[in-house]
Amino acid sequence: MIKNLILLALGSSLVNNVVLSQFLGICPFLGVSKKIKTALGMGTAVIFVITLSSIVTGLIHEFLLKPFDLTFLKTIVFILVIAALVQFVEMFLKKYLKSLYSALGVYLPLITTNCAVLGVAITNVNKEYSILEGTVNGFATSVGFTVSIVILAGIREKMEYNNIPKAFRGMPIVLVSAGLMAIAFCGFAGLL
Amino acid sequence: MDFNGVMLSVAILGGVGVFVGIFLGIATKVFKVDVDKRLEDVVNALPGNNCGGCGYPGCEGLANAIVKGEAPVNQCPVGGDKVARVIAEIMGEEAKESERKVAFVACKATCDDVTKDYNYYGIEDCRMLSFVPNGGPKSCNYGCLGFGSCVKACEFDAIHVIDGVAVVDREKCKACGKCVAACPKNLISLIPYDAKYQVACSNKEKGPVTMAQCKTGCIGCSLCARNCEVKAVTVQDFNATIDPELCVNCGTCFEKCPKKSIVKL
Repeated sequence: MIKNLILLALGSSLVNNVVLSQFLGICPFLGVSKKIKTALGMGTAVIFVITLSSIVTGLIHEFLLKPFDLTFLKTIVFILVIAALVQFVEMFLKKYLKSLYSALGVYLPLITTNCAVLGVAITNVNKEYSILEGTVNGFATSVGFTVSIVILAGIREKMEYNNIPKAFRGMPIVLVSAGLMAIAFCGFAGLL
Repeated sequence: MDFNGVMLSVAILGGVGVFVGIFLGIATKVFKVDVDKRLEDVVNALPGNNCGGCGYPGCEGLANAIVKGEAPVNQCPVGGDKVARVIAEIMGEEAKESERKVAFVACKATCDDVTKDYNYYGIEDCRMLSFVPNGGPKSCNYGCLGFGSCVKACEFDAIHVIDGVAVVDREKCKACGKCVAACPKNLISLIPYDAKYQVACSNKEKGPVTMAQCKTGCIGCSLCARNCEVKAVTVQDFNATIDPELCVNCGTCFEKCPKKSIVKL
């Protein structure tokens, strides 16, 4: 049981990395990876929200959609629930965990539109994970996201000091680095 | 058609929606954070254009900074003294008199004044012209291009292209600095409203070159600088500038200028 969960976590964080092999959540991956600090902020917020939303969407799918045979509604219901959840979490943090709220800052509401969140929720349902497995999958996936965005941010910080050919400056070199990272992450495929 | 299925989906989805709505509604009440009452008042007092002229992200950003004491009450260049006084009242401070500024375009060459190298038919935007030969169709490389990037940037309808050159409406100008940032030739600057005389030319070519290009271009003859009693006029790179801090608005330079590059505002 535990062994299965560990394998699942390794698989979804490294081997099937959400950004680098599933191409989900590319927008924040490229958008907020200019500095390691902001990348970490985004990563933490994503871990927080994906883990929570995995639990909530798992519960909704299990106890609301399945009994009524309405699983075809999952996408729209999940979007609704995730958006509301992010709003709620934001309010909660603002009231009770002011320091975490200011640390996550603008990234928290941005996550509503991060497709990785919806992606994880739907993967959980499609692969028929139990709620515990789904939560672990969600957590591991978001850790994988954080790892890759922080690595990319590190690379971009280093690139600031390099003399990049003019045609590659800005987004092109970032996309090239992201592609090379994806190839590097292919190496994890032999892990499992 | 399975009518029950449709009804059920509508009911469940609607139910979830209503539940989420009510839940969030209650949550807003329960988790309401008391914000500084003054913040709301300051936001209401500010103009609300979100122009960014103050250097903060929008009016709310400035309001935050004012309430925290990081920004002076007269930081908003758009509202000027009127808004500064209202905010000072909210904050319980004395408002310092803020100097009114206006934008000034350092070029007065109309279509008739300046010669053209070629005709340009293309996208009507000054910033595009950095891609065309010689930085624009006009022979003078320093002057106003007249395609109105500043006009588009202005939120207060205070700058217009008249006869091929941008002219600031001094009464409407709020000195937000949008046009200053928009001009690719860096012609626009903010000067004190009280400054009477300015050099309306930015041409840095030598005298004969300028003379061939433009009827009203500054040729760097230094007549103005030599005749200025308070040394407010300096000539550098064959172009005169008047320092509004030193200028006493006597108008000698205006009278002496042979090319009429100096304007009376």
